[in-house]
Amino acid sequence: MTATPAAAAPRRGRRPPLLLAALSAIVVGAAMLPLAYLLVRAVGADEEARDAVRLEPTLRLVLDTVLLVVGVVAVALVLGTALAWLLVRTDLPGRRAWGVALTLPLVIPSYVAALVLLGALGPKGLLQQALEPLGVERLPDLYGYDGALIALTLSTYPYVFLIAAAALRSVDVSLEEAARSLGRTPLRVFLTVTLPALRPALGAAALLVALYVLADFGAVSLMQYPTLTRAVYLQYESLLDRNAAAILALVLVALAAVVVALEGRMRRRGATYRSSPGAGRRARTVQLGRKRWAASAFCATCVALFLALPLGVLAWWAIEGGSFRLAWSAAFDSAAASGSAAVCAAVAAIPVALLAWRHPSRRSRFLERLAYIPNAVPGIAIALGLVYFGARYGGVLYQSLALLIFAYVVRFLPQALATTRSALELVDPRVEEASRSLGRGSARTLVSIVLPLARPGVLAGAALVFLSAMKELPATLLLRPIGFDTLATEIWTDTSVGAYSEAAPSALLLIAVSAPLVYALSARRAWELGAPG
Amino acid sequence: MRKLLALASIACAALAAAAAAQTATTSVDATTSLTIYSGREERLVKPLFDRFTKDTGITLNVRYGSSAEMAATILEEGESGRADVFFAQEAGLLGFVAREGLLKALPQRTLDRVPARFRAPGKRWVGTSGRARVIAYNTDELTKAQVPTTIWELTKPQWKGKIGLPPTNASFQAFVAVMRIKHGEDRTRDWLLGLKENDVRFYGNNTQVVQAVGRGEVLVGLVNHYYLHNIRVQTPDIPVENAFLGKGDPGALVNCAGVGIVSSTKRTAAAQRFVDFLLSPWAQRFIARGPGAAEYPLIRGVRPRPGLPQLGTIKGPEINLGRLGRDLPPAVRLLNEVGYTR
Repeated sequence: MTATPAAAAPRRGRRPPLLLAALSAIVVGAAMLPLAYLLVRAVGADEEARDAVRLEPTLRLVLDTVLLVVGVVAVALVLGTALAWLLVRTDLPGRRAWGVALTLPLVIPSYVAALVLLGALGPKGLLQQALEPLGVERLPDLYGYDGALIALTLSTYPYVFLIAAAALRSVDVSLEEAARSLGRTPLRVFLTVTLPALRPALGAAALLVALYVLADFGAVSLMQYPTLTRAVYLQYESLLDRNAAAILALVLVALAAVVVALEGRMRRRGATYRSSPGAGRRARTVQLGRKRWAASAFCATCVALFLALPLGVLAWWAIEGGSFRLAWSAAFDSAAASGSAAVCAAVAAIPVALLAWRHPSRRSRFLERLAYIPNAVPGIAIALGLVYFGARYGGVLYQSLALLIFAYVVRFLPQALATTRSALELVDPRVEEASRSLGRGSARTLVSIVLPLARPGVLAGAALVFLSAMKELPATLLLRPIGFDTLATEIWTDTSVGAYSEAAPSALLLIAVSAPLVYALSARRAWELGAPG
Repeated sequence: MRKLLALASIACAALAAAAAAQTATTSVDATTSLTIYSGREERLVKPLFDRFTKDTGITLNVRYGSSAEMAATILEEGESGRADVFFAQEAGLLGFVAREGLLKALPQRTLDRVPARFRAPGKRWVGTSGRARVIAYNTDELTKAQVPTTIWELTKPQWKGKIGLPPTNASFQAFVAVMRIKHGEDRTRDWLLGLKENDVRFYGNNTQVVQAVGRGEVLVGLVNHYYLHNIRVQTPDIPVENAFLGKGDPGALVNCAGVGIVSSTKRTAAAQRFVDFLLSPWAQRFIARGPGAAEYPLIRGVRPRPGLPQLGTIKGPEINLGRLGRDLPPAVRLLNEVGYTR
């Protein structure tokens, strides 16, 4: 049974332990450092800077940004959910392989995605050249909204796919069975019963996608689509106007706050934990019958566009340029920094998620939501914020690996938070209460009962942070120790002088290094949220 | 779970090792090392840096990034700066950093090595190489005679949909700044709007523009001259040539890359040696004629790459590049106003 909100009532109103509250406050406070920097700069803005950010163009930027966010979120939600349903609930042949192939685009940085899309489908790209003998002189224009939409969908739909797949595996199926026994068609069951049950999970996924799009620079700059983040970069790039950039970044922060608040409302509508062990049985597999050819074709199209095409173009560039230098030391640096960031972020997310879950109150929810905001701040603003504080007060930490890892944690904490929180949502508080009533203290209950139940979510969060940090460029460029090259900076070094063929092996290596983790993510056990592994 | 934990611990161990290695390399004696913030691409300048270390025994710790990012970093570090030297793509950015009082004055003998227009009036930076604005054109579609010799012509209808430029690039903006000084705000605005009317295409940087010209996506591009030579290392047969602009045309601006010593440095002597090295005949020859390089040398006695017109024959607008730090902001505001940098 999907529990009614009343079932959650006993949890409310208890004062959180001081330690937990303090830890959460420290984590969220640290994540707010870049925002503090933006405020310092925005307050210091003179007439000139405020003049540079005028109302009408800014509103237009907000509108363009919102359009892109809505578009990418919508496409990613539909695509990700449909694919997840096919792979979890049907007898589609080769589900495991499809699952891995459909998750892999997660490791393709959006600037690489945009670059290969332009290389393949852009004006005079590989496709047009291939079609030239047939008299095709010009393909539909990829620049602008469409190109940005495709590139960003490629980079973000796997979030929806992974989170929706996990939720589909763990939602209570008894309601679906009841609906079916009352004669509803599978489609209506999905729309009226399954989808509402998935809502919190889809909300969390949509939030991650929206924040990703808000902060993305790589894809929108290559596709020449104007967003707030691009405008922030332009202020830095062309005017060195740190104050105007800060004002624009704060507009972005406000937009992110709206997105976060919307998602919060969506989540509060329903609690999703299971009530009885009997409801934990597996959902009935839908027999696709002859439709499975159509379903396979759909999966194949997605894999072709989102995975085979980028890999193919990269391989083509490498072969064409005869360039096969693999930057192993950069791969090592990338993995070391990203791995540490993943562990730190996963650990840091635990107190915040626990506080919001175990002691829901206006204040704890606010604290949790606040931690999402930095995810929407452009990387360069986060980096400069940490340069500002680091150079002044950081001592030896400034330009050390520690500060870089800290930047990754600040940027990607929400990914760990979202998965940990989703996993906790599925833990029935009555299990915890039973443990306490049997005499275990709250700390022991937490360690021996709650955290093991939430473990898959914590691990998934760590994996997502790892993958994001592997791709991170702007903060890495400014904060890395001198001589510390990551795969992302290698790719940047090559592409900034137009040497795509030399960048291709690094991009392929980045994908190869991240792939095992993606396999682990898409493999069933890691993502069976809420079900002990 | 256990596997992932093992993976995490391996990562942590690796990290510790990397951190240890890093402290080992940075604890080199302070007098024999310099920290350079380089806005110039690693691929272009690395051999230059290696040669300096070989000649002087001074180790260089180089942070690479875009010139604007490096400038912003120096500004945010402020008094507690970590860089000794700022090596930048663009005179305007050096001017910005100098205006904030974050660059040291250079000795006159260093400044005197380059022509007056390539050094800061306040002595805070010196040019290291020149780059001319050109029209890059697609040689499959156009003959040299068909390429305009003045940028004013580009607003004519025959160029509709055929022009590409990098509106956010500092060199392009410097060119607009100079146009605005020489020909007034109104005429500059009209020209920019005329191009827009002509469906001009915007790209992220010079390299992207030249490549778009090569693909025939646009037929002419407004860029700096040396990117083409750079790209030819990768794509020798790219169908693009540069057309230099006519006398007095604002499009014929010659800008420069340059270098300055960051004021918070404690290694002024070594930093000075580095600046002087960049103006040495060897370094100037490398910048001018090294692999993929084609910039203009600025010291006397070093010739540019064969095939390039002499610097003295490019009669662009007369302007001291030291002014750019001040003249750039109104130009960028204009670009913003006409929707180029939205």
